[in-house]
Amino acid sequence: MTVADRVREPRQSTSPPARPRPRRLGPSLWMSAPAMGFFAFFAVVPLAGVVILSFTTWDGLGTPEWAGTANWTSVLSDPVTQHAITLSVILTVASWLVQCPTSLLLGVFMAGRQRYRAVYSVLLFLPLLFSAAAVGIAYKSLLDPNFGLGTALGIDSLNQDWLGDPSLSMPMLVFVIAWCFIPFHSLLYQAAARQIPRSMYEAATIDGAGRMTTFFHITLPQLKNTIVTSSTLMIVGSLTYFDLIFVMTNGGPGNATRVMPLDMYLRGFRSYDMGGAAVVGVLLVVVGLAVSYLLNRLGGSSRMDSQMEGL
Amino acid sequence: MRTRTQRPNLVGGLVGTFWLAVTLVPIYYIVVTSLRPRADYFTSNPLSIPTEPTLTAYREVLAADFTKYLVNSVLVTVATVAVTVTLSLMAAYVIVHNRSALSRRAFEVLLLGIAIPIQATIVPVYYLIVRLGLYDTLWALILPSIAFAIPISVLILVNFVRDIPRELFESMRLDGVSEWSLLWRLVTPMTVPAIITVAIYDALNVWNAFLFPLILTQSADKRVLPLSLWTFQGSFTVNVPAILAAVVLSVIPLLVVYAIGRRFLVSGLTAGFSK
Repeated sequence: MTVADRVREPRQSTSPPARPRPRRLGPSLWMSAPAMGFFAFFAVVPLAGVVILSFTTWDGLGTPEWAGTANWTSVLSDPVTQHAITLSVILTVASWLVQCPTSLLLGVFMAGRQRYRAVYSVLLFLPLLFSAAAVGIAYKSLLDPNFGLGTALGIDSLNQDWLGDPSLSMPMLVFVIAWCFIPFHSLLYQAAARQIPRSMYEAATIDGAGRMTTFFHITLPQLKNTIVTSSTLMIVGSLTYFDLIFVMTNGGPGNATRVMPLDMYLRGFRSYDMGGAAVVGVLLVVVGLAVSYLLNRLGGSSRMDSQMEGL
Repeated sequence: MRTRTQRPNLVGGLVGTFWLAVTLVPIYYIVVTSLRPRADYFTSNPLSIPTEPTLTAYREVLAADFTKYLVNSVLVTVATVAVTVTLSLMAAYVIVHNRSALSRRAFEVLLLGIAIPIQATIVPVYYLIVRLGLYDTLWALILPSIAFAIPISVLILVNFVRDIPRELFESMRLDGVSEWSLLWRLVTPMTVPAIITVAIYDALNVWNAFLFPLILTQSADKRVLPLSLWTFQGSFTVNVPAILAAVVLSVIPLLVVYAIGRRFLVSGLTAGFSK
């Protein structure tokens, strides 16, 4: 019997009084228990745990001991952490300013159906295959002041100690992070731009609208939801980004790139002050959730509501 | 019908060309340097094509236990993805078809989970793993990775399970088919593309993960690929061709996937964000 036959069958054969309605309303909740259990134990418990540990003293080996608000006052008044917060804000804003317009333009460009743009997309996405560790290591040698790119092109302004100079290391990180993530965000924009009905552009062109006008009056408004989603990912991503910065600079030179996730790691796993690290962790969770929530509101209907509607 | 050819997209073309160059130059550099003899690295132009290309650097990396790290990465990735996909499909089926308040509540909690930044929970995850006696085992990587992959996986699968006509379930239930065989005989075959997408998305995240391996493992036999790149950098300090050969080798498995199923890889990457 094919699936299609089965669809029709019960409607014809069920005469309401003769056959009782099936008692079962669907699968038992127990079927979702393993997934919920994993999630609760390794994700929800740690979320509560980071708050609890922020009120304890723990060196990572012994037993955590209650410390009250001592960690909070010491970490929040520590200039290193204050500097880390400032750096995280700078990194986040700068990353957004670089990535958002670039990936939007690239995504719209790649949404075109020309053959060469398909080839273009294949090449542009290559950075997505590299792990952050791989990118960090490759760029470290590429940016080497003695044997790197600067010497290759013979351009003196490129021949700098990019990662060793405190004023250059942060801009360089913003660039390398953009190198990693712009392909991903371009993908999002490409998919969204392809869904804009072509008739809208045709109508506008007939009315004599130029490319600039159609871009600002059709493309941008139609991409609004994608801009919100992609910006949320960029902002939360930059705030919590660790891997690449750890590999490339480890927070240095000095503390010049010690952003909040680095500060947390170095406190906890290098200075063995897990309580202090947990304080920074709580800050990251709060800021991350707040940014997601605010941008979702900004975007009008929240993504979560639309997910729940279909049920 | 087009009466007028569109004017070329000048801004897009310029930005596009510029960014393509920015993208490709480092990749080109990685490849040519990895083929360069070690002595030439210090003397020749970094972007020149090596006059005598050699695979020595690759041999050195393979001799330095690279395959062991590769096997570890494969084990962690396969185990995580297999468990995550199975459990998430079960949960997605319950969320769509069990219409109780409790299952709605569970889904709301899972959706919140997507917004939790993993990085922020490393201290308590480390605490849990140490207390469970799993520190420095591959389980220390697998178990938390499953937990953090579940929310987004369930979300994507729910969207697809919801699209299967309810009538199919009703009629099969009337025939006395059990819920487990519905899951196996109806839900699984009808969500294959979604399962592949989710599997690829989860696999990419686990394969490239760096932070969990860094804090939850220590010894060389438990090392996974991204972490091994970092340690290669320490041990091969002056042998840059070998470091970059390791980078190339770490990318090859994904490059193969990219070449075979680009469409799936791309949909896996954007899964849950572009729908």
